[in-house]
Amino acid sequence: MNKQDMADEALFLLLHNEVISCVYKAGGDQGDAENGKCITKLENMGFRVGQGLIERFTKDTARFKDELDIMKFVCKDFWTTVFKKQIDNLRTNHQGIYVLQDNKFRLITQMSAGKQYLEHAPKYLAFSCGLIRGGLSNLGIKSIVTAEVSVMPACKFQVMIQKL
Amino acid sequence: MSRQTNRGTESKKMYWYLPFISPTASMHLMNSELFTLTYGALVTQLCKDYENDEDVNKQLEKMGYNIGVRLIEDFLARSSIGRCHDFRETADVIAKVAFKMYLGITPTITNWSPAGDEFSLILENNPLVDFVELPDNHSTLVYSNLLCGVLRGALEMVQMAVDVKFAQDTLKGDSVTEIRMKFIRRIEDNLPAGEE
Repeated sequence: MNKQDMADEALFLLLHNEVISCVYKAGGDQGDAENGKCITKLENMGFRVGQGLIERFTKDTARFKDELDIMKFVCKDFWTTVFKKQIDNLRTNHQGIYVLQDNKFRLITQMSAGKQYLEHAPKYLAFSCGLIRGGLSNLGIKSIVTAEVSVMPACKFQVMIQKL
Repeated sequence: MSRQTNRGTESKKMYWYLPFISPTASMHLMNSELFTLTYGALVTQLCKDYENDEDVNKQLEKMGYNIGVRLIEDFLARSSIGRCHDFRETADVIAKVAFKMYLGITPTITNWSPAGDEFSLILENNPLVDFVELPDNHSTLVYSNLLCGVLRGALEMVQMAVDVKFAQDTLKGDSVTEIRMKFIRRIEDNLPAGEE
């Protein structure tokens, strides 16, 4: 990758914040249903971006052997190109559930280093959940991705593979 | 002796340097496709949410403004740039330092008005539009309008009211992308006492 392909992350971080506040302003703060709609909207945007990114990142890689191989690619290469670090821990029950743990997730590191603002964390993770789901979807894996945070800035993404 | 004086003037000419190439700056680098695609997803979503392009343009500008207001702090903290003495210097800093730092491109500055209060930034390749094609039913959409907001917001924080808009756009069939900047006035109020 040459310099031309690089941008400054400050720009992305600010855009990401702005996207969230824009989606939430349009939706208003009326209860859980509205909140769910906003999360879905953010997730869908992430999905589309994930699809685009994976298409470009995998164009020179060898064919993947299996599901685990794909997950490893997502944890290492994909995560590194997007968030500049690898997923810290990948666990699976070998029945289609994977847990990706990032101990210092880029999009929430600047918010807090503890339990403060914990209730706002879901907004800041929805886009990234979509990112993973979109990426996997373009590699032929249908999945449901959720995220959970107990102490910021660590977070866990749970990927449930949908068997066809 | 003469060599000494030469060196003196040379060092005075250097108003600023590019933080982009410093080793610490690479810490802040990331894949630009993520930004480009995220921006695309945002515009797509706004086009779904709003009925006409004008509203989308307005919303993009507003979001850009909010970004610019914050981005200027990042910019001032990381570059060693002080206050600009005139609008020409501002233009230089925007094109050669700010655009380079955040988008990795250096637009050319042209079309100065005789009064020196208006100029154009010519973008050869706008990274925001990398994978974009405008459909026919969105002819009034200013796709990269976020940039205008960013420039306006950032300059407002350094006491400059500036009018920013797209004059030409490659997405609409023009040969280049042109951003027109017009200096309106200096914002005098809200300066803390005792500061220049």
